[in-house]
Amino acid sequence: MNVALVDGVTASNSALRRFLHGLPGVDQVGADSRAAMLSTRSIKASAKEQAIDLAISMVDLTTLEGMDTPGKVRAMCAKALRPDPSSAGVPHVAAVCVYGDMAGIAREAVGDVLHVAAVATAFPSGRASLNVKLQDTRDAVLAGADEIDMVIDRGAFLAGRYLEVFEEIVAVKEACGSAHLKVIFETGELRTYDNVRRASWLAMLAGADFIKTSTGKVSPAATLPVTLILLEAVRDWHRQTGSLVGVKPAGGIRTAKDAIRYLVLVNETCGPTWLTPDLFRFGASTLLNDLLLQRQRMATGHYSGPDYVTID
Amino acid sequence: MTFEYAPAPESRAVVDIAAHYGLFIDGQFTDPIDGGAFKTINPATEEVLAEISDAGSADVDRAVASARSAYKSTWSKMPGRERAKYLYRLARLIQERSRELAVLETLDNGKPIRESRDVDVPLAAAHFFYHAGWADKLEYAGLGPRPRAYGVAGQIIPWNFPLLMLAWKVAPALATGNTVVLKPAETTPLTALAFADICQQADLPPGVVNIVTGGPATGRLVSEHPDVDKVAFTGSTEVGKQIQRAVAGTGKGLTLELGGKAANIVFDDAPLDEAVEGIVNGIFFNQGHVCCAGSRLLVQESVADEVLDALKRRLTTLRLGDPMDKNTDIGAINSREQRERIDELVKSGDAEGADRWSSPCAIPEKGWWYPPTVFTGVTQAHRIAREEIFGPVLSVLTFRTPDEALEKANNSPYGLSAGIWTEKGSRILWMASRLRAGVVWANTFNRFDPASPFGGYKESGFGREGGRQGLAAYLKSGGH
Repeated sequence: MNVALVDGVTASNSALRRFLHGLPGVDQVGADSRAAMLSTRSIKASAKEQAIDLAISMVDLTTLEGMDTPGKVRAMCAKALRPDPSSAGVPHVAAVCVYGDMAGIAREAVGDVLHVAAVATAFPSGRASLNVKLQDTRDAVLAGADEIDMVIDRGAFLAGRYLEVFEEIVAVKEACGSAHLKVIFETGELRTYDNVRRASWLAMLAGADFIKTSTGKVSPAATLPVTLILLEAVRDWHRQTGSLVGVKPAGGIRTAKDAIRYLVLVNETCGPTWLTPDLFRFGASTLLNDLLLQRQRMATGHYSGPDYVTID
Repeated sequence: MTFEYAPAPESRAVVDIAAHYGLFIDGQFTDPIDGGAFKTINPATEEVLAEISDAGSADVDRAVASARSAYKSTWSKMPGRERAKYLYRLARLIQERSRELAVLETLDNGKPIRESRDVDVPLAAAHFFYHAGWADKLEYAGLGPRPRAYGVAGQIIPWNFPLLMLAWKVAPALATGNTVVLKPAETTPLTALAFADICQQADLPPGVVNIVTGGPATGRLVSEHPDVDKVAFTGSTEVGKQIQRAVAGTGKGLTLELGGKAANIVFDDAPLDEAVEGIVNGIFFNQGHVCCAGSRLLVQESVADEVLDALKRRLTTLRLGDPMDKNTDIGAINSREQRERIDELVKSGDAEGADRWSSPCAIPEKGWWYPPTVFTGVTQAHRIAREEIFGPVLSVLTFRTPDEALEKANNSPYGLSAGIWTEKGSRILWMASRLRAGVVWANTFNRFDPASPFGGYKESGFGREGGRQGLAAYLKSGGH
């Protein structure tokens, strides 16, 4: 899709609505069964070792709590840099993900080794004025975030005010400057797969670098079928525009087994191009330790236990 | 980076294949009187799995006599609720031994273990559970008061879903009070013989189920046996016609489930990603060895290029190879003969000017295989649009309007199944009421459920299997 076409479909709310509602529908039963079939793939031996290390390198290690402190964030950053002190070969994660006011602390802790992602735009509800959202974004970037995880205005989306959602993403993208923009849909609130597909295209039209399922604060968060729909959207967008957009499922992905299922989904939907932290991330906190436990098991042949991975 | 899946083979250790199998008659394994035998082969490796008895005329006589005697002395006198207990027991034993049955099925048939594990065996158990529930409620099946069993049912099943077709035949026959002489397909007898063992394990009264292995000659002996009251056949239209001729005028009951050339119809307002999955599942499920396979894709011209591009991309991700590997999508072709038949029809497609595209997948050296193949530029006049290929070969035709889709879909001597892909509910209903096909799927394909009747129109046969309607195939209405 070229610039003129993007301008065309976003010329008015009704033009944008026509475009988004003109996308092929998603049959829920079919999407669910495709995701379920792919989750029966059996990933063993060398493939499992490879997948675990890849998954570790794709983690956005996250803490998004009201009780976060500089100490907590520094501890998490140390873990992100060196996930398993007992094993030198473990890759570092992709990024740390924190609230905007912690971005400076995180940047100081990780230097330029890792990305620092900050949630912004009145995360997680997104219920604030545009000015507040933009200032939130600028503050985070100024403090050292090079990735911004914004939330869309689900209220406006569900009310059909697509252009408003579009313009907000465009404005946040501009406020990001050179920082990468991840757009969170909160798919648990959009409910239908048709909405998820429309939100994906809307965000890509507006310049998203990544599209992301959830904040982790609403249930259901990431699911395999919802991630499948995001992956189909970036695949088709790439085919039409030649540009690559990343996907980040977040929330509820806790085990290595889950993570491997997501990697299979990526592999068989978008192909190997997307099997890189530049284009696929896991938003997670507890996932990393299970990946490490599984990695230890693969290396030693036996299960260790929760005290053999660090809690930060 | 590339993500190669390491081999993940299912273990063979769960099965114990004997060197030789007898016939299952009157509750016992017994050797055939004239001692004939043939070999069953793993089509993925060409390895001989076992030697199987070839039942002759005297053996079929013994089996039918045993079924008759069991019918007279026990099965016809047993209340429905007691028969139900046996059916529930069979269903549970199939579940308990599901891993063994899945492995046997894959070794003998060549289908991927994922399919035998996730489709064939669970559905077979489901058929027994479903029909167990009917056994004491036949009066309420809408077939009149006191519907009566035929007596002895002679059943002949194909090689594409060996255990599942057995379940489709045996479960309703037993639930309705018939006894059975079953002939499994020559190339896939192992799960039927395992089922014989399950009958023993379930303490099923001797003679209620008899299993006679053999080739077409044995099949003919079963269907033409004078003391068989009801014949049920699933297989080719050609053989079905022979059986119908033989049965004509004998007063025997007959149901035939034969070939198909189903249209899978994709409209421009379809959910396209799921439609592509449905096309793949429609024709490449079980290597296309499915009588109701969606072997003719009718796609609306306005989305034809888009759908075909997406389909070809998807087909390149299909994993062809060792059927025992849990990640295999496309297994082996069941026999050399079948592979040759597929090849012959594919060559006719080339000769008649259709464009062939095959997925660029590596073919194993041993065994019989066929890559997923798509023909475009196919017209109704091509043989590949008319004849059942029974392999992983899709013929693509286009249409412009719903009427044209309907006309092309119905323009076939077959009428087993059809698929409609559209997000418009009214169009689904409009099409479904006009398609001359026994099963019509909307926004899905190749989905089976024991409660849903299955069967054909026209040369795809008659009679239904599954559901309340399926019971009628094994019951004579009461009151006369």
